[in-house]
Amino acid sequence: MDQKLSLTINGKAIEASPGQTILEVARENGIHIPTLCYYKGTTNVGACRVCVVEVENARSLVASCCMPISHGMVVMTNTERVLTARKLVVELLWSSGDHNCLQCEKNGNCELQDLVYELGIEKPGFEIAPLEYSIEDTNSMIQRDLNKCILCGRCVRVCNEIQVHEVLDFSMRGSRAKVGPAFDESYIDSNCVFCGSCVDACPVGALTFKQARFKGRPWEIEKVHTTCPYCGVGCQMDLNVADGKVIKVTTDREYGRPNQGMLCSKGRFGMDFIDSPDRLKTPLIRKNGELQEASWEETYDYVAKKLASIRKKSGPDSIAGLSSARVTNEENYLFQKFMRAVIGTNNVDHCARL
Amino acid sequence: MTNSIEEIEFSDAILAIGTNTTENHPVIGSCVKRAIRQHGAKLIVIDPRKIGLVDYADIWLRPKPGTNVAILSGLMNVIIEEGLYAKEYVAERTEGFEAMKEALAKYTPEFVSEITGVAAEDIRTAARLYAEAKSASILYAMGVTQHSHGTDNVKSCANLAMLCGNVGIEGGGVNPLRGQNNVQGACDMGALPNVLPAYQQVANDEARAKFERAWSASLPAKPGLTIIEIMDAAHRGDIKGLYIMGENPMISDPDLTHVEAALKNLDLLIVQDIFLTETGGLADVVLPSACFAEKDGTFTNTERRVQRVRKAVDAPGGAKADWQIISELSTKMGYAMSYASAEAIMDEINAVTPSYAGITYGRIEKEGLQWPCPNAEHPGTKYLHRDKFSRGLGLFTAIEYRPPEEVPDEEYPFFLTTGRVLYHFHTATMTRRSEGLVERCPESLAEVNPKDAEKLGIKDGDFVTVTSRRGSLKVKASVIETPPEGTIFMNFHFGEAAVNLLTNPALDPVGKIPEYKVCAVKVEAA
Ligand code: SF4
Ligand code: SF4
Ligand code: SF4
Ligand code: FES
Repeated sequence: MDQKLSLTINGKAIEASPGQTILEVARENGIHIPTLCYYKGTTNVGACRVCVVEVENARSLVASCCMPISHGMVVMTNTERVLTARKLVVELLWSSGDHNCLQCEKNGNCELQDLVYELGIEKPGFEIAPLEYSIEDTNSMIQRDLNKCILCGRCVRVCNEIQVHEVLDFSMRGSRAKVGPAFDESYIDSNCVFCGSCVDACPVGALTFKQARFKGRPWEIEKVHTTCPYCGVGCQMDLNVADGKVIKVTTDREYGRPNQGMLCSKGRFGMDFIDSPDRLKTPLIRKNGELQEASWEETYDYVAKKLASIRKKSGPDSIAGLSSARVTNEENYLFQKFMRAVIGTNNVDHCARL
Repeated sequence: MTNSIEEIEFSDAILAIGTNTTENHPVIGSCVKRAIRQHGAKLIVIDPRKIGLVDYADIWLRPKPGTNVAILSGLMNVIIEEGLYAKEYVAERTEGFEAMKEALAKYTPEFVSEITGVAAEDIRTAARLYAEAKSASILYAMGVTQHSHGTDNVKSCANLAMLCGNVGIEGGGVNPLRGQNNVQGACDMGALPNVLPAYQQVANDEARAKFERAWSASLPAKPGLTIIEIMDAAHRGDIKGLYIMGENPMISDPDLTHVEAALKNLDLLIVQDIFLTETGGLADVVLPSACFAEKDGTFTNTERRVQRVRKAVDAPGGAKADWQIISELSTKMGYAMSYASAEAIMDEINAVTPSYAGITYGRIEKEGLQWPCPNAEHPGTKYLHRDKFSRGLGLFTAIEYRPPEEVPDEEYPFFLTTGRVLYHFHTATMTRRSEGLVERCPESLAEVNPKDAEKLGIKDGDFVTVTSRRGSLKVKASVIETPPEGTIFMNFHFGEAAVNLLTNPALDPVGKIPEYKVCAVKVEAA
C-alpha cells in the first residue's frame, strides 16, 4: 500500500493518496468544488478555471482539477478571493455567447446556468457578444449551436480519449477558437459515427439531441435504466421518457461496466421503432387467405386447438419452435419450457448461428 | 467470452480475427482503440477486408476468405518452431500438445502463404507479437464462426491461446463477440435442441429427471432439430407446425428461396413479433409482442453478464410481453403457467440453472453479475478457467485446413462475403425505422474493389447484378478499397437486396452454422 498524505480542506483534516488531485480528494470527501472543463476519465486540461481554490503559500489561485495534492497542503475552496475569481470566469463565459435559456434544451440541466445560480450573478459585467454562428441543423440526431459553446473541450476529449473516434478537435485560437469535426465540416459530412458521447459530455446547450427538442424539459423526464437491445455488448443506458414516450437515450457513467457510459449510434439513435406506427397492436389470424384482426381469446383458442391436433395426428416432433436471441432470458426460458414440457419436443432453436 | 470487456483495455496484445469490431461491437471497438492509443497495446488484425481497426493495427494479415485455419496454424507453427510458447503452462495445464504439434508441422509460413496469400514474413512477425505479449486477448466474431469449418476456426483460436498460456489469466482469453443482445442468454436458457438450461444435456437421464420434477412433466430424451434442419424438415413436410418468436428467417437464413418454400409448406405458422416481418407475412397466426422498452427482464451480454431490462413505456394497443403470451398460451393448452412477473420466472431459473443460481433481481439492481454465479454470496466470474479448465486439462485439438465449400471458378469468379454495418442491425426491422440511422445509411450497398470495378466497367453508385448458384439480385455498388480484389462484400440488413438469396447453406458439421462468410458469385453491370 502506498502511504497516505495528510492535508486540510476548508479546515477539515483529510488523508489521501499521492497523485490524486485536490478536486478528486475534495469530491471523495463530500466537499463541493464546481467544474466545467473537467471530465472524469479524460486529460485534465485546466481550461476554464472555474475550479480554482486557494492553497496556503501559493502565490496565485490554483485549478484544483489539475493540482496534485502534497503533504501538509492547506486548501480553501470558498474564500472571498476564490468566489470573486469564479464569478469573473462565469461572467465571461456568460457574456461570450447566446445564453438565453428560454428555448434552450438544457434549461434546468445546464452546468453554466447552475453556476450562475450558485454564485448569485444577477447579470454579467461584460457586454454580451453578438451571435456568430448559425445553428447546425444538418441531421436529425445532433444539433449544434456554437453560440452557446463555452469551449470547455469536453466533447473533444470524449470523442478522442474515451470513444477514440478522433473526429472532433479545436480549430483556430483565441477568440476565434471553435470546436468541431476537421476542416470545419458539419457532423453529417464528417467521419462522425454518431455515438452521441459528445452530447452527453457537453455541459451546456451547445450540443443537444435534436429529436428530443421541445419534447420534454429535464424535470419532466423520467430516466429508466435498462440494457441496449442491439448487440452483445449490452450497454447500460437511460431511456428518457416524457409523456409516455421515449424521447432520447442518455448514459450515466456511474453505471460502470460494461460500457462505462459509452454507446454507439444504434443504442443512441436506434429507438424510433418503439413508437413506430407499424407496431403490431392486435393478434391476427389468417382467414380466407388474409391476415385479419382477432381477439387474444380467439387467437389462443385457435392456436391451442391447431397445435393439439397436429401433435395428435403427427406426434410432438412434427412441431418446432424458434426462440430468439432478441428477447429476455425469462422469455427464452419459458419458450423452451413450453416446447419441451407442453408440446413434448426438443425441436427448439434460435438464430445464435446466424 | 472467457474474459471480460473491461480487461481488453489492459491487454498487452490483441488479436482480432473475423471481427469488424468498430462497426459490429462499437463500444468494444473503443476499448481496443484505447488499449492501443493510451496503454501501448499491440494489435494484430486478421481480416480479408480493410476494416476500421486496420488503421490501429501493428500488423494486418489479409488472408483469402475462408482460410482462417491455415493462418492460425501458421502462427502456431512459428510459435512452436521458435520455442515461443508457454512451455510450463502447456505441460501443467493442457493435454494433446504432441498430436497438435505434429499436425502443425506442415503449416510453415511458406506453405500457409501459398494458401492464404499472406507473406510468410508477416506471419512470423504476427506470431512473435502475439507470443511475446504478457497477456494477449483473442477477439473473434462471425467471421470465424460462419464457415463450413467454423468449429475448426474456433478450436484453432483456443489452441493458439492455450499454446501461449493466455487462457485463465487477466487480460487474455478467447473472446467471441456475440452479435445479438441476448444470444448468450438464449443459449444459457436452453433455447437449443440438445440442451436444457445451463447446457444440461436432454439426453442425460439425470438432468432430464431433475427438470421433470421441477416442471411436473415428462420430457423427450431425443435431441431436436437445429434451425436449418427445421427448415429442411418443413420443406419435406415432416415439420407441420412452427412457432417463431422474435425471429425473421425470411431475411436471416441462408438460401431464402428454400426457406420460403419450407414456411409455405407448413400447416401452421405462428409468428410472434413487434412488427409484421417478412416471415410474419407468411404466417397463419401473428401474435403482437411488447418490445424491450415495454417489459421487465434480463439480457446476458457477451461477457456472461446478466443485466436488467426495465419497463419504460406501455406496449402499443393489445401487444403483450412474450413471457405473458407464452404463459397464457400454455395455460390454454392445459399446462398452467402463472407467473406474476418476470422476476418470478427468474426465481425459477435460479432454482434449475446452477450457473445462474445466485443471480437475483435484487443483486443486479445496480450492476449485472457474470455467470457462473452459483449462490447468493458468489461475486460472479470475471474470467473463466482461472486455476484449471472446466474439464480439468485444456485440450489441444489437431486440425487440418479445409477450403470453403464453394470457391470461385470460371463461372462464378468472385468471393462473396457478408456482414453488418454500423448503422443497422440484423434484418433492420428496428434500425430502418430510426430516422437518424437511415440518414446515415439509407440503402444496401455491395462493396467492390476499385480494380474489379474497372474490369467490370462500373463506377461508384452504379447498379450491379450479383448471381450465385442459388439466386440473383440487383444492388448498388460502392467502389471502395475495403474488400480485396476478387471479393465483394454485402450486408444482410435489407430485404430488397436480400443477400441470403445468394449465400450457401453449407453447414459446419458440428456447429451447424451456415457458411455465410464465403460463397462464389458472378458480378455484372446491371
Ligand atoms: S457523436 Fe461521437 S463520433 Fe461523433 S463527434 Fe460526437 S463523440 Fe465524436
Ligand atoms: S460544444 Fe459543449 S462540450 Fe464542446 S467545447 Fe463547446 S461547450 Fe464544451
Ligand atoms: S449501444 Fe451499440 S455497442 Fe452498445 S450494446 Fe447497443 S448496439 Fe452494442
Ligand atoms: S474544471 Fe478545472 S479548470 Fe476547468
